[in-house]
Amino acid sequence: MTSLDLYTVAGALIFALGLHAVLVRGHLFWKVLAINVMGTGIFLVLLAAPARSTPGVADPVPQAMVLTGIVVAVAATALALGVALRVTARTGAPFLPDPDDDREGGG
Amino acid sequence: MTPFELWTSVAVFGPLLAAVLALSGRPRILRIALATGSASALAAALGLWGAVTHEGPGRHLLGGWGQPLGIELWVDGFATAMLLVTAVVGSAISLYSLSYFGDLSELSVRESPAGRGARYFAPLWLLLWSALNGIYLSADLFNLYVMLEILGLAAAAIVTLAVTTQATVAGMRYLIVSLVGSLFFLLGVALLYVEYGVLSLEALAAAEPAGPAAAIALVSMTVGMAMKTALFPFHAWLPPAHAGAPAPGSALLSALVVKGSFFILVRLWFAVYGGGTEGGLFVLGLLGAGAILWGSLLALRQTSLKRLIAYSTVAQLGYLFVMFPLLLGGSGEVNADAWSGGMLLLLSHALAKAAMFLAAGNMSYAVAEDSLPAISGIAHRLPVSFFAFGLGGLSLAGLPPSAGFLGKWLLLRSAIESGAWGWVVVIAGGGLLTLGYVILVLRYALDRKDAPDDYRPVPRRMEGAAILLALVAVVLGVRGVEVVALLQQGAVFPW
Repeated sequence: MTSLDLYTVAGALIFALGLHAVLVRGHLFWKVLAINVMGTGIFLVLLAAPARSTPGVADPVPQAMVLTGIVVAVAATALALGVALRVTARTGAPFLPDPDDDREGGG
Repeated sequence: MTPFELWTSVAVFGPLLAAVLALSGRPRILRIALATGSASALAAALGLWGAVTHEGPGRHLLGGWGQPLGIELWVDGFATAMLLVTAVVGSAISLYSLSYFGDLSELSVRESPAGRGARYFAPLWLLLWSALNGIYLSADLFNLYVMLEILGLAAAAIVTLAVTTQATVAGMRYLIVSLVGSLFFLLGVALLYVEYGVLSLEALAAAEPAGPAAAIALVSMTVGMAMKTALFPFHAWLPPAHAGAPAPGSALLSALVVKGSFFILVRLWFAVYGGGTEGGLFVLGLLGAGAILWGSLLALRQTSLKRLIAYSTVAQLGYLFVMFPLLLGGSGEVNADAWSGGMLLLLSHALAKAAMFLAAGNMSYAVAEDSLPAISGIAHRLPVSFFAFGLGGLSLAGLPPSAGFLGKWLLLRSAIESGAWGWVVVIAGGGLLTLGYVILVLRYALDRKDAPDDYRPVPRRMEGAAILLALVAVVLGVRGVEVVALLQQGAVFPW
């Protein structure tokens, strides 16, 4: 296993851990944190990507992607936390109420 | 400066600059921003239509920098058709929003919920418009990701502009699904970069991605886009979010936003992966068939008007996925039929669904309620909105001479000629179910004895926007040939 494979597998694992937490954790703050963890997993894969080209030569493209990714993540986190606060203010708890899903006809 | 360079810049930066302008929040400036944003998007779409028709597909290297460090824009017939329909629907929605959010001169009530909607709808919507145009013009995976995130953030924010608790919760859920979907996409991008070291769609297609890493990347990106497009069974977030948003928001979410991620799916599967595998296309078609049945059945059971229309979106999106297996089903001509048919359905759904949501917005604006019984007899009070809803509904159900009819007919013909009888049943059966829930609404609206005497008059501008879109959906059916010709321009497909 090359070190590139190692980083890729580790990144995918972190992504999966984050996804798991988004699905099972009810608290909205946990969900937002978990989404950030998922992103970190992807950044790990990207930062290791230059290893595929000639050793010793830095590939700037993945670094540019991670930088942009961080900017996007900050914006998304800010909006998500803002909406989460409003959900808390409206419903009294930082949780999503049970989805009024398909089985219930009305709205 | 070539026409491609000029108009692709206008398409992306026109609405973006207008969004910045709209942040000022002054009523007069909001109006100017909406007008210039719409005008620049319309002009760009028309300009590109001319350029693509005469010169074929074109590109624009932003600032003269090409791949891999620069950003490249690329426009073909498919992208132009999407830009055009977005410009038409978007302009009507902008017009509608001018009246919907009340008298804009009363904006001084900054803290009131209605004031918030009026203040922030225009900048968010213009930002969203810029992101949509950016998606249609992007030529590389990472740019697609960035545009996708801007689209998702702006769309979720628009849902939360509505004042109800339900809408706030729906917006939160939508935001989470949208962010997770984008990350699935980004994971696929990262895996492809590790494997091939390129981001441009063109270079990736030339590398002919195959093997386990490329397959995992495709699955990951498809799951992400399916979540954002609300493909069955990832659709649960859509009805509350689309029904909860303010009326112009519902229209643009249902008609335009879900098409952005669908567009990326088509580009990925056919332009980059050369059709992928038959098994994968079949699974997507099967999920589409599930969406048609499940979405239509649930639409029939709704008691709220906007929810019914939102479930209808789930069902109609299913048709677009039924197109996937048919694209590789038979000979070249049969596949081309499926492509034209599916795309006509996409364009007519955008027009018809926006018309229906705007008309429904007018009806609930008049009676201040959104339930089906509340709109009893509304046809006798708002004949124009009723007519717009009816025309849109008939186009969805696929009755001639609408574009929906032409699209469904082409799709059916391609399914029959490639002997795929299962898909024939799904396409035809879905049309009957659609007719069912459209008639359900029409019956309530026509009920003469319950016609409300006490209702709020609807501004003429709001009725005009709805009927305009419904009429364009019909005209598109009559002028289908031009649209099909445009869609064939530079389509990178296996046949």
